[in-house]
Amino acid sequence: MKCQQCEKPATFHITELTGTEPQELHLCESCAKSYLTQGESAAPVAPTLANVLAKQLQIGKAAEELAKLDQRACPMCGITFFEFRNQGRLGCPHDYVFFEKELTPLIANIHGESRHVGKRPPGHEGGSDSQTELIRLRREMEDAKTKEHYERAAKIRDQIRELEKQVKPKRPAAGEGQA
Amino acid sequence: MPTPQFQDLANRCGEWLRGSGPQSEIVMSSRIRLARNLAEFPFIRRCTESDRLAIEKQFQDAIGSVGDWKALLFSDVATLPSVDRQLLVERQLISRELSEASGPRCVYIDPEEQFSLMVNEEDHLRMQVMHSGLDMETAWEQINRMDDLLGERLNFAFHERLGYLTACPTNVGTGMRVSVMLHLPALVITQQIEKVFRSLQKMGLAVRGLYGEGSQAMGDFYQISNQITLGRSELDLVKQVGEVIPVIIDYERQARAFLVKESRKDLHDRVSRAYGILCTAQTISSEETLHLLSSVRMGVYLGLIQDLEIPTINKLFIHTQPAHLQKLRGAELPSADRNVERAMYLQTHLRRSNNGGSATDN
Repeated sequence: MKCQQCEKPATFHITELTGTEPQELHLCESCAKSYLTQGESAAPVAPTLANVLAKQLQIGKAAEELAKLDQRACPMCGITFFEFRNQGRLGCPHDYVFFEKELTPLIANIHGESRHVGKRPPGHEGGSDSQTELIRLRREMEDAKTKEHYERAAKIRDQIRELEKQVKPKRPAAGEGQA
Repeated sequence: MPTPQFQDLANRCGEWLRGSGPQSEIVMSSRIRLARNLAEFPFIRRCTESDRLAIEKQFQDAIGSVGDWKALLFSDVATLPSVDRQLLVERQLISRELSEASGPRCVYIDPEEQFSLMVNEEDHLRMQVMHSGLDMETAWEQINRMDDLLGERLNFAFHERLGYLTACPTNVGTGMRVSVMLHLPALVITQQIEKVFRSLQKMGLAVRGLYGEGSQAMGDFYQISNQITLGRSELDLVKQVGEVIPVIIDYERQARAFLVKESRKDLHDRVSRAYGILCTAQTISSEETLHLLSSVRMGVYLGLIQDLEIPTINKLFIHTQPAHLQKLRGAELPSADRNVERAMYLQTHLRRSNNGGSATDN
């Protein structure tokens, strides 16, 4: 992991608890030293997730490119990259696929790793296209409703019901469920 | 008082202050939480009201179908009076985020208070298991089983390479946060606490105050937890946090021994003054109370106070917090009145305790 303020490797990982939200800093020794010795009055850097990301993006991107990226919206939940950047929260599971190029270095930066090695959901078969499709359809239905296109909304609702039947709850065998 | 709900809870001590379990002199509690999301809904911030209701329904059905979970207390946080929400936060059964957010959200609570399931927090589901004392392995076994039970019933958002998908990329992978709450008064007095924190941070561990994110270290309580959630197995994360705790316990013990040896008189004075104020104050804030109780708690363990028992102190830690105090009083009180009520409560319970030997409060 690189220092947030220069290019040296970050060896200090600081959680700042004084603000309304905790802030995580990843700094090299010399930047950490100057950070830790600065007075209470000095305005602290605000290395929120969004800022780390903004920095990461500025390194390799022209303003025009960045503006274009900001407008990209996930086809499932509709969140734009700009909104994610500002809020630090993603809009739906599909964002990890749709914004993969931008998220991969960010995730590597946060975790120092890029591959999950922990547990998996029991009986997970992989492939969740129909589930993310539901996110898109529900959003379209809401949109149709607010525009008073009720026929269209009803049509989408039928599609949703059909799809829900397919993805619906795994039913565990009776008698299970001892916690 | 708006509802009699949780009156029973308020009377009891709560898991994190039970004061039992391994190393409970310094380790208050061990907690593990998992973040999970349903694959077919947007993450919380993009949810409409009807999405949130549909999410609640899916969890209601899934949780309702688990045989052993019939006795869980359900609470609709969205319609809960604020004093009750605060009560659950003080007991560490729900997060401040769940308490203060808006829109449909709810929680299922184990009557023993060892676990809770928060629905529509930052992720669709935040489940947590909390055990008194240092007991992370058992907590992991328990939450792993709970997660399996729900994973068999629901489609959690899961990515082949990235693991469990979460609203914030800082939680992706295992979605797991292991945290241990420690009581470290001697490290604070000897001013070594900063040093300890810096070395923890170097190891990739986070240090937070009593009520988690953003809260100050009230009453010398600190939570130590993992930062990284991806690229390590759940057991590795438990181990990572687990390895460092005995070292900190040892530092705290050494600092206590040092204080007893090098400045016994000063320490005894400090502890006795704290005890004196708690017994005689006429108005006192919850922050000052936590601060003084912290000294007294250490004083009892070091034998500097003879006529008090640890369970009494642990109970006072929780019962003097704002929502608990009001719940026990049976009325909502403005802050100034709470400070008077708190002083009275402390007097009554400390006197009763040292007159009668053992505490017999309700």
